[in-house]
Amino acid sequence: MNAIYLVAIGSVPSQVLDWVEATVTEWCPWPVRRLPSLAFPENSYDPNRGQYQSVEIMKAVARRAPENTERILGVTEADLAIPTLTFVFGQAQLDGPVAVVSLSRLRQEFYGLPGDERILHERVVKEVLHEMGHTFGLTHCPESKCPMSLATHIGLVDSKEERYCGRCGEQLVRKITAPDGEPT
Amino acid sequence: MKKVWPILVVDDEEVMSESMAAWLREDGYRVDTAPNGQTALELAKKTDYAISFIDLKMPGGMDGIETMMEMRKLRPEASIIIITAYATVDTAIQAMKEGAQEYIVKPCHPQEISMLVSRILKLKKLQSENVILRKKISRKYRHHDIITKNPRMEEILSLTQDIASLRSTVLICGESGTGKELVARAIHYSGARADKPFVSVSCAALTETLLESELFGHEKGSFTGAEGQTKGKFELADGGTIFLDEIGDISAKLQADLLRVLQEKRFYRVGGTDEVSVDVRVIAATNKNLAEEVKEGRFRDDLYYRLNVIEIRIPPLRERREDVPLLAEHFVQRIASELGKDISGISGDGLKALIDYDWPGNVRELENVIERAIVTSRNGTLTESDFSWLTQRNAAGQNWDVPDVPLSELERRAIIAVLERKHGNVKEAAASLGIDRSTLYDKLKRYEIVH
Repeated sequence: MNAIYLVAIGSVPSQVLDWVEATVTEWCPWPVRRLPSLAFPENSYDPNRGQYQSVEIMKAVARRAPENTERILGVTEADLAIPTLTFVFGQAQLDGPVAVVSLSRLRQEFYGLPGDERILHERVVKEVLHEMGHTFGLTHCPESKCPMSLATHIGLVDSKEERYCGRCGEQLVRKITAPDGEPT
Repeated sequence: MKKVWPILVVDDEEVMSESMAAWLREDGYRVDTAPNGQTALELAKKTDYAISFIDLKMPGGMDGIETMMEMRKLRPEASIIIITAYATVDTAIQAMKEGAQEYIVKPCHPQEISMLVSRILKLKKLQSENVILRKKISRKYRHHDIITKNPRMEEILSLTQDIASLRSTVLICGESGTGKELVARAIHYSGARADKPFVSVSCAALTETLLESELFGHEKGSFTGAEGQTKGKFELADGGTIFLDEIGDISAKLQADLLRVLQEKRFYRVGGTDEVSVDVRVIAATNKNLAEEVKEGRFRDDLYYRLNVIEIRIPPLRERREDVPLLAEHFVQRIASELGKDISGISGDGLKALIDYDWPGNVRELENVIERAIVTSRNGTLTESDFSWLTQRNAAGQNWDVPDVPLSELERRAIIAVLERKHGNVKEAAASLGIDRSTLYDKLKRYEIVH
């Protein structure tokens, strides 16, 4: 049977992985399994920007995917970016198996504020729903409260809700229950 | 369904183009990537990309600016965004001068790119809607969409083609409902002004003051309620055509103003002191006999000659009965489909009833009659019974050939006719006319009718 795999890149608190697992389990019928954490790939760090290239992290996660992978979701504390953009909260293969979520900018500490577990939890759930949605073919939603809407700053993440809008939820369920998406 | 815009990302570094493509795909765009200018051009030949992101520095072969210039030769309307890691004022100026829509320095904030993309696509959407609407309008009013097999009408259509590219003033005469505006639009949309505005004004629909403001616009505060400067129809039609319907109904003052515009191509807004210049072709229309109006002193002869450079007389429908079946079938197809009714056509006796009718309201009346029949009919074909009320109307109308005279003259003639029928009996004549005896006596006195 296929499974959804979670993998930490570098060190990630197990509590955060618990939140990720609970979020994925709520939507997906496949079992969720955790893989041993991965080290950062050597070429992923950009010293000029002090950030990690998400493309290289995604490649490393894809390489680690077991054969029966339905989807594999990487989680990291690293601040991710792509060459053209100053940062990304996460990245996913549209309608593909791999996604990655960065905790760096979801933490209040990034913005010079005291850490807040409740806020981090909410943001992790929204970001996991967002990247997981992409892996099932969902594109950005015009509804700003839907976790599938595009967030270009943390304020937009905070204005999202922790559940899909009707249209995106329906599309996701249809995709998950489609013949080629059924648990095997 | 939401349109999926195609976007192209051109960069020699795969990690850059692929990561950017992945980010854009998450937004729902179809994204292609190219590692160099040559490949980008090959792709652009096949796909009209809504946006092309091109990296400025690409070693070997064409750089970003060269790629952009070649791409613009292929697709002059292409929206190109130049991306570079090193911003210098010179390269930015060069990129913009060569036609780049934007110039961004990487890495840039996701919000910046997101807003840039949505701004460009919003514009693209408006542009493509504009093109579609223009095509639709132009298709609607092409001369061969005027339905006729009448030789006189065919001559008129051929004339509209000949005069379409001239800027001479045209006067279209014809009874109400003959399609004067349709002919005016056919002239406009067949000529060089087709992509410029066609502005239609019904001169009879407005009072003198309102019409003046409607035609020439007004300045702020020029009259009560004039809260801001407003452009008139002449300004709105700049570069295109203004269609002045029912021109025979305009006042002496407006006739003088209009003559000035036609002579000098300049005018003042109401309450304004600055002259406004326009390049507008004027097509006027009337259902009156303007030559007669001139003779009677109600219409300026100099304006008449200015307007009447090319005259088109559209025959009434009763003088081209061969067009009735063609037009009727055309209206049935169009209206039945618009109303969602399953009506395939008109029976032989139905067509005969239509051909026999005199159509005082011309093509417009025919269209209304067909619509009424379609709405009330319960059959798949319209038959004579669907037009029975028309036959009655025809019979009633046969004794009522309304002459082209003022209403007071009609009243005078009606009183004389009724008095004759009643052998000079005023009491009976008043009862027949539905007025009392003293009112009839007043009218007899006013119209100097001896009885």
